[in-house]
Amino acid sequence: MQERSRPDYRFAAPIRNLVHRFAYVGLLIVAFGLMMLGKADTVLMERMRAHVTDALAPIMNVISRPVTTMSNIIDHGRELIEIHAQNAELRETNRRLLQWQTAARRLEIENSLLQSLLNFKPEPNAAFLSARVIADTGGAFAHSLVLNAGWRDGVRKGQAVVTGEGLTGRIDGVGSISSRVILITDLNSRIPILVETSNTRAILAGDNAEQPKLIHLAPSSTVKVGNRVVTSGHGGAFPPGLPVGVVSAVSDEATTVQLFIKRERLEFVRVVDFGLEGILRPDTSTANLTGNKNKDDGEPNAMGGGGKP
Amino acid sequence: MRPTLWTRLDNLARQLTPFGLTILLVIVSQVPLHFPGVARISPMLPLIAIYHWTIHRPDLMPPYAVFVIGLLVDFLAGTPVGVNAIVMLTVYGIIYSQRRFFLGKSFPISWLGFLLVSAGAAMLTWIFVSTFYVRLIRPDAMIFQYLVSLAIYPLPAWFFLRWQQIFLRTT
Repeated sequence: MQERSRPDYRFAAPIRNLVHRFAYVGLLIVAFGLMMLGKADTVLMERMRAHVTDALAPIMNVISRPVTTMSNIIDHGRELIEIHAQNAELRETNRRLLQWQTAARRLEIENSLLQSLLNFKPEPNAAFLSARVIADTGGAFAHSLVLNAGWRDGVRKGQAVVTGEGLTGRIDGVGSISSRVILITDLNSRIPILVETSNTRAILAGDNAEQPKLIHLAPSSTVKVGNRVVTSGHGGAFPPGLPVGVVSAVSDEATTVQLFIKRERLEFVRVVDFGLEGILRPDTSTANLTGNKNKDDGEPNAMGGGGKP
Repeated sequence: MRPTLWTRLDNLARQLTPFGLTILLVIVSQVPLHFPGVARISPMLPLIAIYHWTIHRPDLMPPYAVFVIGLLVDFLAGTPVGVNAIVMLTVYGIIYSQRRFFLGKSFPISWLGFLLVSAGAAMLTWIFVSTFYVRLIRPDAMIFQYLVSLAIYPLPAWFFLRWQQIFLRTT
């Protein structure tokens, strides 16, 4: 046995080494090729990504549940400790909200009266879809979530994703049972916004930091710390008036925005279909994922023209 | 004595565990943890796995397994497809060629090795992603991610070592 295996080994080992080395270099080249392909054909890569995410969605769905339960228990405990302070705070909020309610009722009546005077055409009603966050693709290079709802549930590319606090992101890739959300902090996120009170238009640009920046601000604009930031609806991707955050810092280099959403709190989100097609072409099938990077990049240009009536 | 079918199946199943565990780590590291700030600095767990298995059992972590793991990370994490595959293959190549140095060293030395290797990996990822998007990406989150990975390294490394001792003993 031993006598025979020795010469075998003498020939086989270098050959195996050679094959090993070739395989290694080949795989490196393939990986490079895929990266180039991803740069050239974003739609194809997006579709592949959607398929892979779809295949693993059931597993992520199962794994994410106990973790969520655990964090809920911890939250529950923390709330029990803070129950007294929280109660006082809630009572105060309730008092304030009741005042707002009175104001809102008055405004609602006034609004409907004025609308009937102006023959106002109401905006299309939004359809909501609640979805669970099954993956938060952590890391320094991409800020995205995976939801457990996909094409079959009516999720389409370009739809807005919101929580009770405010705008979270937009749908970027759709599989049949899962979808990917690009958070507004992500490097590739560009959202036309309005800074309230002064109605200054700008683009909210994510740069993978906690607080995204405002770009394309008019030099003469009077943006102050504490101003509320809402979506402007320009470009047609998002409806106007979704709360985004407040201006947290204004300086010569950058104006940053503190967001209303808290990333660690994202457990359930709502995907909103406002019936706005805007810059995104309507899809016809799962295989035909719409839109491409160029379309999205066109967003900032759209804000220049066609303001609100 | 020829091994029976069951022993062979058992052996095969054991030998697949390094790859299987790493795939599992990739998926688990995508789970939302709901802790403030964790999402941005989640440790590079798959890299720790590849580092460990390439040193200790390269026969069970062949290049194509590394490639598949890297691609899966790219697909799930939303980084440009191919970036993590290249980075992990590079890490594999470097460790494989320097295996004699790493093998049989004490734990602090392998930790030190990981300090260097993961710094290189993080830098490489940063360079590739920045080149891909043609803009400089803020390095702060990446540095935190690197430090967190470094701090957490002993935990998975110890687990893999135990796993190896229990399930993958070479006879």
